Amino acid sequence: MSDQSLTLPSAVSEPQAGEVEINLSAGEIGQLSLWYLIWRRFLRNRLAVAATFVLLLLYLMVALAEFITPYDHLISNEDFVARAPQLPRFRDETGQFHFRPFVYGTTTELDTYNLDWVHKDDTTQMYPLKLFVKGAPYKLLGLFPSERHLYGVDAPGTVFLLGTDRLGRDLFSRIIFGGRISLTVGLIGVSLTILFGSVMGTISGYFGGPVDTVIQRFIELLMSFPSIALWAALAAAMPADITIVTRFFLISIILSLIGWTSLARQVRAKVLAFREMEFSSAATAAGASHFRIIMVHMLPNALSHIIVIATLAIPGMILAETALSFLGLGILPPAVSWGTLLQDAQTVGVVIKKPWLMLPGAFVIVSVLSFNFLGDGIRDAVDPFAL
Amino acid sequence: MTTTPTSPSDTAVASVESGSGQSPLLEVRNLKMHFPIRKGFLKRVVGHVKAVDDVTFSVERGTVFGLVGESGCGKSTTGRCVIRLLKATAGEIVYTMPDDEPVHIEALDPESLRIMRRHIQIVFQDPYASLNPRLTLKQIVGEPLVINNVSQGQDLQDRVAELLRRVGLSPEHMNRYPHAFSGGQRQRISLARALALNPRFIVADEPVSALDVSVQAQILNLIKDLREEFGLTYLFIAHNMSVIKHICDSVAVMYVGQIVEMTTTRQLFRKPLHPYTEALLEAIPVPDPRRDRHRIVLEGDVPNPADPPSGCYFHPRCAYAQDVCRTETPPLAEHTPGHLARCHFAAELELKGMTI
Ligand SMILES: Nc1ncnc2c1ncn2[C@@H]1O[C@H](COP(=O)(O)OP(=O)(O)O)[C@@H](O)[C@H]1O
Ligand code: SF4
Ligand SMILES: [Mg+2]
Repeated sequence: MSDQSLTLPSAVSEPQAGEVEINLSAGEIGQLSLWYLIWRRFLRNRLAVAATFVLLLLYLMVALAEFITPYDHLISNEDFVARAPQLPRFRDETGQFHFRPFVYGTTTELDTYNLDWVHKDDTTQMYPLKLFVKGAPYKLLGLFPSERHLYGVDAPGTVFLLGTDRLGRDLFSRIIFGGRISLTVGLIGVSLTILFGSVMGTISGYFGGPVDTVIQRFIELLMSFPSIALWAALAAAMPADITIVTRFFLISIILSLIGWTSLARQVRAKVLAFREMEFSSAATAAGASHFRIIMVHMLPNALSHIIVIATLAIPGMILAETALSFLGLGILPPAVSWGTLLQDAQTVGVVIKKPWLMLPGAFVIVSVLSFNFLGDGIRDAVDPFAL
Repeated sequence: MTTTPTSPSDTAVASVESGSGQSPLLEVRNLKMHFPIRKGFLKRVVGHVKAVDDVTFSVERGTVFGLVGESGCGKSTTGRCVIRLLKATAGEIVYTMPDDEPVHIEALDPESLRIMRRHIQIVFQDPYASLNPRLTLKQIVGEPLVINNVSQGQDLQDRVAELLRRVGLSPEHMNRYPHAFSGGQRQRISLARALALNPRFIVADEPVSALDVSVQAQILNLIKDLREEFGLTYLFIAHNMSVIKHICDSVAVMYVGQIVEMTTTRQLFRKPLHPYTEALLEAIPVPDPRRDRHRIVLEGDVPNPADPPSGCYFHPRCAYAQDVCRTETPPLAEHTPGHLARCHFAAELELKGMTI
């Protein structure tokens, strides 16, 4: 029989030329884990890297809020009600240049027509900006006692970089402290989402059968609610007398209540696919337990997808918290979040006369956009060797 | 249905493999795997995919038993039932332990199954899906050793190195990830993993089907070498007769979940008794176009095993079909000693074989 399409050379087990070539050209890359390859691809996306830096900066600022902010964000100051932002200057009235930036003092007059206090820069008083000034004592990260603040000016001067609110509180300090809640509510909500979503999705996909059916029907039920209405209803149902911390965690849970459903579906789909993958079967044939197959062969392969979905879910949670708090259903004063801060900018009059009160919205936008860019960057970077 | 060793096919098979006095290493009797088809909100069972329907064969020690047929004939399902990746609907799978003790694989409890798994391993078709991309070669090949607490630390490293060397890979590549390797090299890795626990029996589910023809030959040679070196027995699955020819001692041809012909490889090629076998033989690629050959080309697809044709399952595609084929189901009958075929006209037809 002359079937030459499959001749067997007598030299066995020697990888053939073609294979060796692939092997050599892939020599370096073969040592690199998929995580490293993902990381390299991610670094190539400038926008995503920039967004990462912005987010790191934001989280650093809210972590070190006591140090970054010059004033206590809760203490009102009737002398400076709704003062416009004091911008640092290098050039004074006479046109002279100062190396050290300074801010002007404040003169306050009563506008008898509108019955409103009007603050103006007092160009006769100049207060140079100083770094690491002494101020109110605090504990950095709750551990290290200190009195130094990143910047400030000597009394009786003030430095309200982003202006003050209607009780004369420094808006910059309030935004940074508000970010503590607004930026972490998303992280905690997303952690819960990942937890619920991965566990439920894995159970549903791996074990299948009636368990799967029940979980899927339950998810469909949850998904059929309009999310904002459900959040609002649940938030409104929270007892009023709980502490700020409890309320914060309850809101995180409420936000993740719907978020986990779509993650669970995607994890389930992945697990279903991996269950059919032959590496899972090979592990079963070698005697691996269900637990090992899930932890070694399924979740690590699904992890990149989970991270992408989670990152892209954070901005939704930040926006949801802002919306709930804006409506008075989320974080309640005196606790501050970007949503409660925006409550001050609820009327057109305020927006026109005191536009700086909308600045918390700018922080919301920047962080939401950054998370979106980051999520997109990770999504594009994952799975250079897609399964 | 209950399985009795007195069914005609059983006695016939016993005589196919009556070379040695020993019991076969593996005996599969009346194996059935029917997947339920579920529909609707309540997932009611509306039918069954009869992926494997009453399959009986046995594999002698040290031999390579081939299962051949087009895609969708139930070969992989048979293989997966044999190593209990699937729990068969019915039938017996009897494995003879080294101490000649027969073990019913289909009835093993989880703990005995774990022990049993050391004896039987599997190599899969898809070189990409069969290796977890997040693990290094060392983790992949060492996994069976780690799971079964056979070795760890430096010993694990040494064993993995030896296994890699044995399948023709460099132990220095141990810390690399699968994406650095070609299809042929990946199948070598799969073989190394399958050999890790020193099995006696390997189910090779189309181990070369996804590879280039030139690489196929090397992997087939490796599989042959390993058989001699480790005294392995294989259940070798292929959809292509030319691969079967090179490696198998006996063959069963499968069509829509059933065996339609079974005998030794030599006999099957020399004198096929079933038109489906003839068609598969005709499909072997011919390098010389001038060679005289009236080609019987298989037209159409394998029927859906959930709804097979009436009578002989092969009749819609058979060049020799008669009226009786549409109504009467032919039995798997022994035509010459050790040669079984499921065709009404197996005795009359002069089918075209080839010498090997
Ligand atoms: N888990 C499953 N559920 C339902 N049908 C299946 C399943 N696995 C295989 N089948 C069906 O069984 C038949 C045989 O499949 P398979 O054993 O993979 O064939 P082969 O390996 O010969 O190509 C096919 O029709 C396939 O669709
Ligand atoms: S029984 Fe009839 S249809 Fe079936 S293979 Fe034989 S000749 Fe063809
Ligand atoms: Mg198959």
